[in-house]
Amino acid sequence: MADLPQKDLPPVTERLRRSVVRTPLPPKDDRGRMKLVMDSLVLHLHPAKVSRPALKLTYTFGLGGLLILLFLVLVSTGILLLFAYTPSPDAAYQSMIALQTQVDFGNLIRNLHHWSGNLMVIVAVLHLLRVFYTSGFTTPREFNWVMGVGLLLLVVGANFTGYLLPWDQLAYWAITVGTSLLEYVPLVGDTLTRMLLGGPEVGAATLTNFYALHIAIIPLTISALVSFHIWRVRKDKITIPRQLDRPPDTSKVTTIPHLVSIELVYALVWLVLLVGWSSFVNAPLEEAANPAHSPNPAKAAWYFMGLQELLMHFHPLFGAIIIPALGLAGLLSLPYLSQDMESVGVWFRSRRGRWMAGASFALGVVATFAWVLADEYWLDWPGWLPFLPSYLSNGWIPFALLLLVLMGYYELVKSLGSSDCEARQALFTFLLAAFLTLTFVGIFLRGEGMALILPWR
Amino acid sequence: MNNEEITRRDFLTLAWSAAGALALSEGVFVGLRFLTPRSVEGEFGGEFNLGPADQYPSGTVTPVEAGRFYLVRLQDGGFMAIYRRCTHLGCAVPFDQASGQFVCPCHGSVFTMDGEVLNPPAPRPLDLFALHINENGEIIVDTASPIEREHTDPAQVVYLG
Ligand code: HEM
Ligand code: FES
Repeated sequence: MADLPQKDLPPVTERLRRSVVRTPLPPKDDRGRMKLVMDSLVLHLHPAKVSRPALKLTYTFGLGGLLILLFLVLVSTGILLLFAYTPSPDAAYQSMIALQTQVDFGNLIRNLHHWSGNLMVIVAVLHLLRVFYTSGFTTPREFNWVMGVGLLLLVVGANFTGYLLPWDQLAYWAITVGTSLLEYVPLVGDTLTRMLLGGPEVGAATLTNFYALHIAIIPLTISALVSFHIWRVRKDKITIPRQLDRPPDTSKVTTIPHLVSIELVYALVWLVLLVGWSSFVNAPLEEAANPAHSPNPAKAAWYFMGLQELLMHFHPLFGAIIIPALGLAGLLSLPYLSQDMESVGVWFRSRRGRWMAGASFALGVVATFAWVLADEYWLDWPGWLPFLPSYLSNGWIPFALLLLVLMGYYELVKSLGSSDCEARQALFTFLLAAFLTLTFVGIFLRGEGMALILPWR
Repeated sequence: MNNEEITRRDFLTLAWSAAGALALSEGVFVGLRFLTPRSVEGEFGGEFNLGPADQYPSGTVTPVEAGRFYLVRLQDGGFMAIYRRCTHLGCAVPFDQASGQFVCPCHGSVFTMDGEVLNPPAPRPLDLFALHINENGEIIVDTASPIEREHTDPAQVVYLG
């Protein structure tokens, strides 16, 4: 006892620090840093060294990291909201009003949660596009792309279930319209919808179900999948960006400080933007839900407006089920189709790929607008073919025409000298433009009774 | 199979896998049963007694708010209970007295008084609830489950006597 080296103990602050981080302060040389880094927490998440060119903001735009930041903001504001919110039809709306008028910073926390959630849908799509247009989904990253698609669906699911919780008119009818889409699934649609709603209509049981999904099941699933996703990024490494006609720059730098300092600054800037925006722009809240009175028009949540617009033009079996299911199947199988590893890391693959993508986007926008207008004022399949059931006249026939147009477009692009991958990219871009245009039309150009309007009139 | 011997190891592996599969299916079954919608207590979902049938004039539509349906008496005196929920995407459809039609505010579906589609996007007529007239001449509507129909049909209309 007496011979313990008491006098050698460092000061108590230093002992405290060491009890937390185990290791001494980082040495100043790269080698020492590398060694240190091997068993630190940061390096558990990142590799010890990262590609130097991939650090450039114009490659990843930090979108994956931004998604993690948004998720953390959502979890922390969400936990606070739990203390102010009662999930029952009688009390939910009242607790939203109390949140806005009585709780200190209640509005700020609600706004942060609302805007971060909506932004997360946009950023997840942008991240998907970034990965797509730099061929980040190629071997060995196929499955990480698949997981990413799963994450995108979960992010949308989290938004959708959260949408109901304020129990105002907006919430009630957007969820009614949104869940009714599900009823069109053949065979199991009715059962599925009933299970999700806990009854025939949106009601108390629906609120309970959505609350459980929103605060526990979906966030937990997202955490698990994101851990897996990031672990794969760490193992597979990020794709190395490349300029056209130049060999890739394979040089590397240590993660600490080069990557970590960028991440911290980036996160701080986004936090400032989020808090700033949320201080001035309030999340919407309408009157309390009234199941007897539907608003005119009744619109789904904005990220479903593309689907709802599609439903204006196709029999529901096609608009709500077949076309979205094919789109999803296309996304999931994309990394398993033929690959051109030469162009991985090059934006849009090649010079031709670049202008093909641009032209396809413009064409997609114009064609979709033209089709929406034609369908509104001129096309009338059920009227022309009154002897056919509407799933043929307003379903199979226009759908078959659409498929023919897409196949023709693919062949046209190929005949202009594109590779398979470039042609696929052009087709994807065309469909992306079509979907974005439909979403735009649904959100901004549909007024009372869902008639086409000009928003400034 | 030949008379290949099943070793002790094979047998145990098989037995344990079977036990695992059984446990899993039990878990799934219990979970699904747990999650099936509890039958809705209270007004909507139960039976409604709307009183003597002869108090409703022909050619009228009477909303029954608590039951979320309309009691329709057609021109010819027949009764129907029409569910308020639009068959397109579920909005609450109001009855427009002026035109004598159901007009959905959400995406413009129009239905006749007996629920037939006059104007899409609704894919089928408005749903019905089971209706009968009891021995006292009172109208009874059961809202337990909506009845879907592809077309309107005279058999769906209930007459007095
Ligand atoms: C909660 C949502 C998501 C989170 C938190 C997340 C996070 C990340 C992070 C941090 C990276 C590193 C590179 C970067 O920052 O761009 C990454 C890469 C990647 N992500 Fe995501 N992601 C999400 C959703 C998605 C989606 C929607 C897709 C596509 C369907 C996707 C597919 C990929 C792929 C394939 C990579 C590797 C790309 C490469 O190496 O170039 N992820 N993700
Ligand atoms: S919900 Fe009635 S027309 Fe769409």
